[in-house]
Amino acid sequence: MHPAPSLIFFTVVSGLGFGLLAWLGLGVVRPTGWAAFWWFGLGYGLAGAGLLASAFHLGHPERMLLAFTQWRSSWLSREAVLALATLAVMAPHAAGAVFWSNPLPGFGLVAAVLALATVGATSMIYAQLRSVPRWHHWSVPVLFVLAALAGGALLAGQGRAGLWLLLALAVVMVAHWQIGDRRFRGSGSDAGTATGLGGLGAVRLLEPPHTGSNYLLREMVHVVGRRHAHKLRLIALPLAALLPAILMLLAPSWPPMLVLAVLLHLAGMVVARWLFFAEAEHVVGLYYGRR
Amino acid sequence: MTTLPASTSRKLGLVIDLDTCVGCHACVISCKGWNTEHYGAPLSDRDAYGAQPEGTFLNRVHSFEVTRKDAPPMVVHFPRSCLHCDDAPCVTVCPTGASYKRVEDGIVLVNEDACIGCGLCAWACPYGAREMDADAGVMKKCTLCVDRIYNENLPEVDREPACVRTCPAGARHFGDLGDPQSAVSQLVAERGGMDLMPEQGTAPVNKYLPPRPRDQLGAAGAQAPDLAALCDPSTDGASGFLGWLDRALERL
Repeated sequence: MHPAPSLIFFTVVSGLGFGLLAWLGLGVVRPTGWAAFWWFGLGYGLAGAGLLASAFHLGHPERMLLAFTQWRSSWLSREAVLALATLAVMAPHAAGAVFWSNPLPGFGLVAAVLALATVGATSMIYAQLRSVPRWHHWSVPVLFVLAALAGGALLAGQGRAGLWLLLALAVVMVAHWQIGDRRFRGSGSDAGTATGLGGLGAVRLLEPPHTGSNYLLREMVHVVGRRHAHKLRLIALPLAALLPAILMLLAPSWPPMLVLAVLLHLAGMVVARWLFFAEAEHVVGLYYGRR
Repeated sequence: MTTLPASTSRKLGLVIDLDTCVGCHACVISCKGWNTEHYGAPLSDRDAYGAQPEGTFLNRVHSFEVTRKDAPPMVVHFPRSCLHCDDAPCVTVCPTGASYKRVEDGIVLVNEDACIGCGLCAWACPYGAREMDADAGVMKKCTLCVDRIYNENLPEVDREPACVRTCPAGARHFGDLGDPQSAVSQLVAERGGMDLMPEQGTAPVNKYLPPRPRDQLGAAGAQAPDLAALCDPSTDGASGFLGWLDRALERL
């Protein structure tokens, strides 16, 4: 799949923002006054920036409000509704903490659940797609929610919890890659089933339908990511999970160390998320003799 | 609503005969023509006369080679377009309600005024049936020529999809696949019509008819072709007048 920068930025940054909001909503840290202003501001800023970025890849962003209507069937719509609900329900909790030094934990708790549900809905946008076998698996929601929780823990200054979450994230990242590598073959789709001619013999593309490129090839057939998948995994795993975990082992509550861990984690997640898109193969590639 | 209807009154769709398709791409062109001039945003082209032309098409023809065991390889031309699936994943993922499946005839359509151009429906389709138009920024897909099949301004013979109307080989058939008595349903039953990628769980309405078995050398009843006709003519053993003529002409 085409690794669109807007989608990578959106999923990583809004995931981190909602992760931080979940920790703040749970009341694990209870900042008040200016500290609360900056902390909640960071959470709202990251979550909001990610949502805005996601609007950039739309053909008609001016019709965006319609995306709140189809929550009954569409995970993308559910995500939009949940994201807005999280920001709205968190507001009394945040405002209470900032202006009256009096957070409202009830609102915070509900908002924390909504924040994690939002990240879950984001992941389901990808995990629901049977046409992309690598994504159509439970490891995707686990990966997204764990990444949000781990990144959020670092931003919320929860080094100890962050350590365990980062280790869990590392395990799930490796599992997602290992399982993902077998998903396409396991899906049962090949050139034979795509054309229905598999029963006659081995099917290969003789002539493509067009000599140039098209929307399908640009959007869904991406080869560069898979060629370098191994190297990118070796870059993403230490950056996103292992190095921040080591930092959290050394000094879990020293602010500069937390900042460094967040930056490493963020860089690693960008690489991992780029790979998440770039190495995912869509079954439509079978019609073009490439994947 | 982008939830799918529990059932549709009819299941209008296409039956495509892979045995007769000659791969001429006439259906591709007639589809592009009709759908550029009629329903919804036109199907745009980019860099049409340049080095890297590309455009939006709702129907494309691939050619595949099938390597068979103990038989010569076979070339199969393969038109690919929307299958108007019963369990269409492109419809349910749509966040705005722009994508829908019609209860009255099962056609899957896009309301272009509500499409935000997020592209998720194209990702959800295993068959590559949907293409985002680069100029209009909305999703385009086969409408089964909904503006032809019910169009009383057209002569009755033209009230079928443009691709079907134009196919010079008669490889494309249009009808109600929900009615077991319809001509297309009978054709599917007779020829063993098949679904594409059934493992994707989309329950396509459109069916493909597999190529018929070809005659085989040495098979019972099949006459071996006259291979001698392909060889150089031999004059070994020619004698008498013909032998003399052969030798005389050879010397010229």
